[in-house]
Amino acid sequence: MTLAESHNPTLTHSLLYLDGISVSFDGYKALRGLSLVLAPGEMRAIIGPNGAGKTTMMDVITGKTKPDEGEAMFDGRFDLTKLDEAEIAGLGIGRKFQKPTVFENHTVEDNLLLATKAPRGVFATLFGRDDKGVRRTIDRILATTRLGGLRARVAGSLSHGQKQWLEIGMLLAQDPKLLLVDEPVAGMTDAETAATAELLREIARDHSVVVVEHDMTFVRELGVKVTVLHEGAVLADGSLDQVSADPRVIEVYLGR
Amino acid sequence: MPHRARLLLIVRRGALALATSLLITLSGLMASGAARADALDDTLARFLADKFPESEQAIGELAAEAPPQAAAILEAMSENRLLFDPADRIVAYRNASGAVLNARTGETIADASGFRKVRVNNALRRAIEGATGSLTLAGSDPEKRIAAAEDVFKSRDAKAAPALKAQLARESDARAATALKLALAAIVAASDEASAADRLSAIETLRGRGDQDAENLIDAIDEKTADPEVKAAADSALASIRTRLMFWGAAQDLWYGLSASSVLLLAAIGLAITFGVMGVINMAHGEMVMLGAYATYVVQLLLPPSLQSWSLAFAIPLAFIVAALVGVAIERLVIRYLYSRPLETLLATWGVSLILQQAVRSLFGANNRQVTNPPFMSGSVHVGGLDITANRFWIIVLAIVVFVALQLVLRATSFGLQMRAVTQNRRMAAAMGISTAKIDMLAFALGSGVAGVAGVALSQIDNVSPNLGQGYIIDSFMVVVFGGVGNLWGTALGALMIGVANKILEPVIGAVQGQIVLLVVIILFIQRRPRGMFALKGRAVEA
Amino acid sequence: MSPQLDRIGLVFVVLLALAAVVVPVLALATPADSPFNIPPYLVQLLGKYLCYAILAVALDLVWGYCGILSLGHGAFFALGGYAMGMYLMRQIGTRGVYANPILPDFMVFLNWKALPVAWWGFDSFPYAMLMVALVPGLLALAFGWFAFRSRVTGVYLSIITQAMTFALFKEFFRNDFGFGGNNGLTDFKDLLGFPLQSSAAKAALFSASAIALILAYGAARLIIGSKYGKALTAVRDAESRMRFLGYRVENLKLFAFVVSAVMAGIAGALYVPQVGIINPSEFAPANSIEAAIWVAVGGRGTLVGAAIGAISVNFAKTWFTGAFPEFWLYGLGALFVLVTLFLPKGLLGLLLRPRRERAPTPETPALAIEEGADP
Ligand SMILES: Nc1ncnc2c1ncn2[C@@H]1O[C@H](COP(=O)(O)OP(=O)(O)OP(=O)(O)O)[C@@H](O)[C@H]1O
Ligand SMILES: [Mg+2]
Repeated sequence: MTLAESHNPTLTHSLLYLDGISVSFDGYKALRGLSLVLAPGEMRAIIGPNGAGKTTMMDVITGKTKPDEGEAMFDGRFDLTKLDEAEIAGLGIGRKFQKPTVFENHTVEDNLLLATKAPRGVFATLFGRDDKGVRRTIDRILATTRLGGLRARVAGSLSHGQKQWLEIGMLLAQDPKLLLVDEPVAGMTDAETAATAELLREIARDHSVVVVEHDMTFVRELGVKVTVLHEGAVLADGSLDQVSADPRVIEVYLGR
Repeated sequence: MPHRARLLLIVRRGALALATSLLITLSGLMASGAARADALDDTLARFLADKFPESEQAIGELAAEAPPQAAAILEAMSENRLLFDPADRIVAYRNASGAVLNARTGETIADASGFRKVRVNNALRRAIEGATGSLTLAGSDPEKRIAAAEDVFKSRDAKAAPALKAQLARESDARAATALKLALAAIVAASDEASAADRLSAIETLRGRGDQDAENLIDAIDEKTADPEVKAAADSALASIRTRLMFWGAAQDLWYGLSASSVLLLAAIGLAITFGVMGVINMAHGEMVMLGAYATYVVQLLLPPSLQSWSLAFAIPLAFIVAALVGVAIERLVIRYLYSRPLETLLATWGVSLILQQAVRSLFGANNRQVTNPPFMSGSVHVGGLDITANRFWIIVLAIVVFVALQLVLRATSFGLQMRAVTQNRRMAAAMGISTAKIDMLAFALGSGVAGVAGVALSQIDNVSPNLGQGYIIDSFMVVVFGGVGNLWGTALGALMIGVANKILEPVIGAVQGQIVLLVVIILFIQRRPRGMFALKGRAVEA
Repeated sequence: MSPQLDRIGLVFVVLLALAAVVVPVLALATPADSPFNIPPYLVQLLGKYLCYAILAVALDLVWGYCGILSLGHGAFFALGGYAMGMYLMRQIGTRGVYANPILPDFMVFLNWKALPVAWWGFDSFPYAMLMVALVPGLLALAFGWFAFRSRVTGVYLSIITQAMTFALFKEFFRNDFGFGGNNGLTDFKDLLGFPLQSSAAKAALFSASAIALILAYGAARLIIGSKYGKALTAVRDAESRMRFLGYRVENLKLFAFVVSAVMAGIAGALYVPQVGIINPSEFAPANSIEAAIWVAVGGRGTLVGAAIGAISVNFAKTWFTGAFPEFWLYGLGALFVLVTLFLPKGLLGLLLRPRRERAPTPETPALAIEEGADP
């Protein structure tokens, strides 16, 4: 580690450092030498056509998929390829899935309770007492995500958009250092989309965030650096205006 | 009996036998019967003395000479029915119906008043026993001679030596000659006083036989001798036999493993198909095997004797159809409604298996039923040190045939194509217009039908009973876990590995421990390759 | 847990507590010809049902709340039973056929000279009780550690648990395994000095079983009500999501599995002195699956339902096997099929008012191994 540190200032100063990541499924290369560096406190939008490998990239970061080659470091110190999902989550990486996944049989409140940052061991959860602090956090998040009235509802009965919000709320409750948000506004109305953008900008003030989204209005509203993924590698990055002027990006999106 | 006396006896008898055979060879023109007749008179005369040693010698001579009436005389003597008339010097015996017959001529003797019994003691009885055995040595049927030699090989009865030698000298059948030599070698090995030369040649002969018995016998020689030359020969022979035994032992285990694998493959391949297509375990799958076995039993009951040897030609299709129909019924009536609830399916199909078992018990009784093998499936063949039974051999053939047939169905028919499509991605297949319900049903028919055929195979090596199928569900499932779904090669390899591993582990660490080891290996294996050896990959599989 | 369910639970506990007092009184203090008298055989039978109910509650804890359909819980039950049986064997002492003060009869019969190490200490009641909990618990710990760490789930896990009990079934059959082989352990004389044949001992064992059932239910209820319980249910519904939240799913499962195994062991330990025998057939896979159907009949994920299911199915079994012995297996088989098809929430599901905002039952993936580490 020390060797890498002393020789690679990019790594030392990054929160997330992906270098030359390749993943293949039965010979199909979903990621081909993907490299990406995220600075602490940065918010980054990732766009790219379907099948570009955006979700797969998140799978690699969160330990769901092990890369065939390449380096994935967190906080300049932790080798993500050697850790499992729970350990990675424990480091402070939270994830919202493309397909909203909440605990359908639990109430909205319990969903948030399970996500709240707290010891997650068997005995800690078994003997833990009701914590006032936790209640307050949950109340705050319910307010932020506008789910206050649904607190006692079973999550399975929520609408698609509400589930999206709940999952974002769970991310907030987790209070991770890095948030990976996969298509947060799919299935939301324009107003909700705007509100989500607002919320994410707010979160980004004291967290690092990676947002994957197809909705360009939303990306524009975020107003952050954009990385374009194509066929498992970075095609371009820069501001949204820059990348949308890039002829290669235009070709990828409009050509073919 | 003191050793020296016995030895003397052996030598004397040997000399006599030698003399006799010499006589036979020399007097080419002379009718051999006449020569024997003279010898027989001398032999019978010995009984007139009514002394144990004389009688014993007579017994030996009878055995060596093997005149036609020898068996009757010996039997009579052992049952205290051998008589002699010291005055007229006639030997006779009383037959089962009480008549007294002249031992020499077989004529009935009307007045038996002057006759006395030839005395018999235990030593003589033993001698008679040995002699009776060796009598068959001289029989006209080479198979019988071989069997008799084998008997001596097992009993190691030194008294048979002269008869063996005599027969060996005139033996024309090569296999019989080998058997005789082996029997002699066994006697030498058991003897404490055989000469070094005898022992060396015995070791040589036994080495040729090369089985467990031979090993024990050479071991015995090795212990008895102090002669370094003999010891060296014994040691080298032992080493060679042990290597050979080990090799054949391993081969035999492999064969048993192969046989177990073939049954397992037949049972598991249907499960692999249904599990692959529907993702549910049919706990009544073992009962499909059981139904197939009972179908075989019913065929055997119903067929007229003239068709019995063709029973399998009827049983295989019947078993397939019965099991397939029951399978379809289970799928239509139960499993279909539990789609996407695999754990409940487990319970429901277990219930079905209870019902099926009880139904069969009510119909056929709780007792085991015996299915006889058709002629071509009985008996066994020896290949080197291997014992290959016909039924197991044909079951392996059947497994291969079924495997190939299923491969063809899967690869070359449109049903097979659709089935593979459903296995890989049910939703996509449905979207493309494949009727998944129909495929499910047909897959169940196919999978269950094949299990029925497995039952036919099983009925040939095992008793047929209502809980015959119960043991198969766990093993079949393990095969499916190893092999993964949607690829029959995986199933075949899985069956082969589990079948062979079980049989190889069994003698080393015991059956139960073997099972436990296998269990641990499979859990670890699931961790490494959750979808089997030839996994289908892709999101569809995970969804 | 809905408040409604908790009310039913409370009623159930109260009834049990009452029974723990009333049944012994009726059995011991009324004359045999009184209409209120409960004959010893009935006390024993009821006690047996309660032991099955404990087993059902244990199974429901892992199946109903964690999605682990264990088809090997009978093994834990039997191990607890064997531990108790070993204590009872050693209490026989010189009253055995061979009157050996140390060695149980079957060992003398097998010509063994010394007590095997596994049997040491079983003359002490506290030690035996420790083993009642420890042996099933350790087996569950070892098995679960392997299986859960390997992410074996769904039908895979079910079949492997079945294979586990099947392996033990065969092992215990062997004479040289040292636990009485085929015949198992039997001919017990007394427990803590009380003769097992006496009505008082039977009544006491009944009360003990009732109390144990109350405790098992209470413990399970407390576990389910805690945050851990919520986490457990979340694992059942979306295992991988819990991982991404930072939970060590395997540990959560392992704890429930071990607790459940210990409960099952205790149930077995109470069962053995009441039926007077423990033999390898208790390990038979069929027994474990039958326990699953008790839970399903009562309503899985309800705890009380599991207990009620165990009692009612076994009551039916007793009656059926007496009246129509041939048809019991048809009945049991049909029960398996009908309950899974038509009564997925069990008897309690019928009883409980269906709530309006009911989440659809989560669909378990057809291939139940979740995204394992495919290399
Ligand atoms: N587990 C898997 N098995 C097989 N192929 C996979 C797997 N995961 C992803 N892929 C393939 O890898 C490619 C990239 O998928 P990915 O989900 O990362 O794309 P994406 O950029 O997130 O697309 P979208 O915008 O549609 O969400 C796709 O072609 C997908 O089919
Ligand atoms: Mg995606």
